[in-house]
Amino acid sequence: MRFFFSALTLVAAFAQPPDFQRDVQPIFQKKCMACHGASNQMNGLRLDDGEAALKGGYSGVAIVPGTSATSPLIARVTATEKAKRMPPAGDPLSADQIATLKSWIDSGAKWPVTAKKQASPKSTHWSYQPILRPTLPEVKQSSWVRNPIDAFVLARLEKENIQPSPEASKTVLLRRLKLDLLGLPPTPEEVVEWQSDKRANAYELWVDRFLQSPHYGERWARPWLDLAHYADSDGYEKDNVRNGAWRYRHWVINALNEGMPFDRFAVEQLAGDLLPNSTLEQKVATGFLRNTLTNREAGVDRREDRFEQVINRVNTTGTTFMGVTIGCTQCHDHKYDPFSQKEYYQLFAFFNDAEDEDVDAPLAGEMGPYLRALPEYRNQKNEILSKYKIPELQARWEKAMLTAIDDPGKDVEVDFNVTSMKAMLDFADRMIRKGPQGRTERESERLTNYFVNNPGTAFKGDKEILAHIKEAREKLNEANAKIPFLTQAQTVRRNQDKSVTNIAVRGDWKSPGVEVVPGTLSVLPPMKADGARATRLDLARWLVSKENPLTPRVIANRNWQEFFSRGLVRTSEDMGVSGEKPSHPELLDWLATQLLDNGWNVKQLHKTIVMSATYRQSSNSRQDLTDRDADNMLLARQIRMRLPAELIRDAALSVGGILNPSIGGKSIKPALPKGVAELGYGNSVKWKESEGPERYRRGLYIHFQRTAPYPQLMNFDEPDSNVACSRRRTSNTPLQALNLMNDPVFFEAAAALGEQVSTQATGLTDKLEGLFLQCLGRKPVESERASLAGYLDRQTALLVKEGKSTAESQKGAWAGLARVLLNTDEFITRE
Amino acid sequence: MNFMHFDEYRQLQARRQFLKNAACGFGSLALGGMMASDGLLGAVADPLAPRKPHFAPKAKHVIFMFMEGGPSQMDLFDPKPALQKWHGQSLPAEMTKDLKLAFIKPTAAVLGSPRQFTQHGKSGMVLSDYLPNLATCVDDICMVRSMQTDAFNHHPGQLLLFTGSIQFGRPTMGAWVTYGLGSESQNLPGFVVLSSGVGTSGGATNFLSGFMPSTYQGAQFRNSGEPILYLSNPDGVSREAQRAGLDTIKELNEKHYTDTGDMEIASRIQSYELAYRMQMAAPELLDFSKEDPKTLEMYGVGKKPTHEFASNCLLARRMVERGVRYILMMDASWDTHTNLNKKLKEKCDASDQPTAALIKDLKQRGLLDDTLIVWGGEFGRTAMAEIRNLSDPDNAGRDHHPNGYSMWLAGGGVKGGTTIGATDEMGFNITEDKVHVHDLQATILNQLGFDHTKLTFRHMGRDYRLTDLSGEVVRKMLV
Repeated sequence: MRFFFSALTLVAAFAQPPDFQRDVQPIFQKKCMACHGASNQMNGLRLDDGEAALKGGYSGVAIVPGTSATSPLIARVTATEKAKRMPPAGDPLSADQIATLKSWIDSGAKWPVTAKKQASPKSTHWSYQPILRPTLPEVKQSSWVRNPIDAFVLARLEKENIQPSPEASKTVLLRRLKLDLLGLPPTPEEVVEWQSDKRANAYELWVDRFLQSPHYGERWARPWLDLAHYADSDGYEKDNVRNGAWRYRHWVINALNEGMPFDRFAVEQLAGDLLPNSTLEQKVATGFLRNTLTNREAGVDRREDRFEQVINRVNTTGTTFMGVTIGCTQCHDHKYDPFSQKEYYQLFAFFNDAEDEDVDAPLAGEMGPYLRALPEYRNQKNEILSKYKIPELQARWEKAMLTAIDDPGKDVEVDFNVTSMKAMLDFADRMIRKGPQGRTERESERLTNYFVNNPGTAFKGDKEILAHIKEAREKLNEANAKIPFLTQAQTVRRNQDKSVTNIAVRGDWKSPGVEVVPGTLSVLPPMKADGARATRLDLARWLVSKENPLTPRVIANRNWQEFFSRGLVRTSEDMGVSGEKPSHPELLDWLATQLLDNGWNVKQLHKTIVMSATYRQSSNSRQDLTDRDADNMLLARQIRMRLPAELIRDAALSVGGILNPSIGGKSIKPALPKGVAELGYGNSVKWKESEGPERYRRGLYIHFQRTAPYPQLMNFDEPDSNVACSRRRTSNTPLQALNLMNDPVFFEAAAALGEQVSTQATGLTDKLEGLFLQCLGRKPVESERASLAGYLDRQTALLVKEGKSTAESQKGAWAGLARVLLNTDEFITRE
Repeated sequence: MNFMHFDEYRQLQARRQFLKNAACGFGSLALGGMMASDGLLGAVADPLAPRKPHFAPKAKHVIFMFMEGGPSQMDLFDPKPALQKWHGQSLPAEMTKDLKLAFIKPTAAVLGSPRQFTQHGKSGMVLSDYLPNLATCVDDICMVRSMQTDAFNHHPGQLLLFTGSIQFGRPTMGAWVTYGLGSESQNLPGFVVLSSGVGTSGGATNFLSGFMPSTYQGAQFRNSGEPILYLSNPDGVSREAQRAGLDTIKELNEKHYTDTGDMEIASRIQSYELAYRMQMAAPELLDFSKEDPKTLEMYGVGKKPTHEFASNCLLARRMVERGVRYILMMDASWDTHTNLNKKLKEKCDASDQPTAALIKDLKQRGLLDDTLIVWGGEFGRTAMAEIRNLSDPDNAGRDHHPNGYSMWLAGGGVKGGTTIGATDEMGFNITEDKVHVHDLQATILNQLGFDHTKLTFRHMGRDYRLTDLSGEVVRKMLV
């Protein structure tokens, strides 16, 4: 019966074309508009507006006027496979409805102009609006105000009738300042000097002193490296070591120490390679983009891995500079923010032509010895190559590889070799195609190096040739070992051949949609491009342009976060519609304005923050605020912050007197407990412990192996370095307790400290106070002194009972006491 | 049950706790008293405090036996006689047109399986001759021959299996379970990771907590070195000395808590106490000396080649007995690209006996009913041969195959003796009852008492779930 009626209607429909407004529009409204309407345009398709609807979506046209048979829209509503059928939820279209649509399309898909679309909602969200230049609010207790920050904070507190907290004690302030600016605890000498410093502007002078210290760059590099998701290895299964990764970290530390303005800092990292006459250091800066993971699993599809890398670069840029969850639009238009999927791929297009390039980037002192050794090295190398006829053999191998690349499927063994070469050696096929004459010296080196290590099956198991190559390889390795080390940096460069970008439909790289050109988000002020086609450099300059309200707010907020444990917008990674609202919007805009007015001077911003009365408040909890502001939104006090993973290590090494304070340079490998490196795939992670003072360098230099990260870092919430991290979590776990109590590094620091104190020629009280001061930057109060003394007595007695001599027992007890102090909450906390 | 944003949760707990402390007075005596009874603080402020799921659970524990690399389903669980017919030949292009393979081309020759398959148990479930011990447990297991995943490389496949997404940064299944249920054990972590063999492709990303607090990540028991990192005291520090140190740390922390009123210090005190209890409890957990020698023999502990895998199986049972919620056993090297027959036999010889022993042992102790065992890899293997060395055709292996492979489950409300789903005659595609990885995840959560669409965690403005946007509970698997 049903079929009978439908057939009847069908006949009727053919007889007279349907009227759009009466017959067609209601179907769209009822069945399609939730996802393809004014507020939401899945896959770019919009069915509430004739012009847009006939233009189609990211996959191309949906409606072909005149031929329903070739209209994808009809194919989708009639699809038998559930995954393809539209609408994806609810009942499918009835036969009548389908017939109406078909008939409407066949009759020309007429869309009367009167059937007007609803206006798209324009964003009124605060963070996309221009930055206000707020006027300072009036406050009653103006004597509390040290700088404009305090006026904003106090105005709010007065409105709520809340008193700010008193200033923290002098000793707390010194420890707070030094930990916040340099990431190290004050020495007992500094505490003494500080306490006796009677200069009127002593506080400011100490702030300036810390801001000039080269440890400032180390302290402030780390949060930036969290965003860059720096690591020393590729990630994924193979997780190969990235020998030159640290060169980028070195650049970050230097840039921060020299006070590089943030706009330059940003532009060089995003597009240093595109600056006119760019310097080596500016290229090194683009290492920012090289922290994306690389999958070198032999069976990987290179195109897919590259797609994932570009996605990661877009998302990292979104989080880092724009503070928006742009990553959501990889697959569909944003659910909350006014970003379309098309805009995502316009951003993608900026990065799509960036290609990896490793360049020589020597540090001072490297080049001389290298150049002196180079002629001898080249001679030796060429001798070996010609003696073993490597160029000839390599040519045979290259030919076999090239044949298999161009015409796969003939020889599975060579095919396999090609797959794994492409995964392991970047641009392998391009280098082969260039031929021996067309390659740079580095390219020749890399290719030959790969060849002698992986001659593969081009020689069909010819044992003689393979043995011959092996011998050559050993000789080459010997020669290579003699050439002085020359640092290489990971950078990017532009490859114009890779400029075509298509929307990936539903975020799937295998479903290319319409082509897009580089472009920015329409909700923000437009970009000014230098050439016809905008580049990464244009994007970078646009991000830090005076007109863009987002970046200054994001950067000001994130810097604030480091001093108060949370930003004025707590969700520092998301200032978009679904992020939290700012607690002090005017203060945020004031800080952003300061940044812009001071030429993006971040050190100056830090100084302004730490000079404020707001920053100097006590961090003690206040019972009067428990109900009203337990989370300290209103900033009526400072807040206690557990130190980040690296700084916990630094503090212990520092008070133990074993910290190696050298700045910058390569990554280090401290002793690793057995069983950690073994976590890496197939026992491939090699962890050669650093020797001597190298192993006592600061935590930020610890080699970060993505599949087997250093456990102390992970136990204390270091991010996993796979995606940009804008704020760390702070957990509090028993594994942390075990780590601090029993990890040999901390035990060693405690033992060194115990030894140092116990051998001092002073009385018991002085020793106790000295130890306490060294660890916590203050003297103990009476009850604390009693706890320490009690422990010392009991511990000495216990060790004697356990059979140790009195001298040994005393020494052991002092080491134990140092260990106790390193395990207090106060030690690992910035008060 | 509604899950709050973690930040909100902490705020609320902190507020409640602050009030309680204020009511008790701030003194260290009050604090000490509460700690001694192991009560208030633990129950209120602890993000790991036991919680109830959405509905009554069938399973209280999960043992996920992850066979990393992708076990070969057509040599173990899903016989394909047609492969013998085509052995050594390429298939016509129309049969292989939709295949996407990691290494080999669709024109590669078919590899027949030399395995013998026979029926077992009352159910008559079919298994290969490489699994004689599992064959004695078939009436307790539910075989799924129609698993499907989206990734054909290892690390993405493992991410999808454990986090529901091939993108980095999401929490893993064990973290979701710990977040949802808290931890039952007072002395051991709620989510434990055991591993055997060399490391896995996914490494730590198989058990991290992603954007959730690290409190929920898996605690790794290592198979070399100390079982838990830094579990033992440094050399020369006795148990008494450790306790004395802890007492003083506690005194100083309590004093500072009184001064500052910061709840984090109270949590820190708790963490140190739990750490100490772990130091006491873990050696007992790891000590097999009180096990019946027959039990050790049943698992194959102390014997080659089963010892390593068997120790982990026995440990898993002992953890279940002690309240550990979620145990991830990772066994590496099922990635048989070459020498399939030999390597697969080695893997089975090392694991078949211990695996069967675990099922039987849990059953005889009445623990199987509320312990869900899940066995399988991140994908399966191809019908076609991968021959990397042409001069030695016997070393043939199989490539990665995501479109149809097998996994099995046992205990925890799963219907024993059933076989679900089917693949076509070459094993390319699923012909019946497709079970996507998200469906498996939904089913596991269901057995633990969760509606997988409601177990959510808010991150960057979006509510995330383990099953991403899909997943349906596979009722056919369940009692």
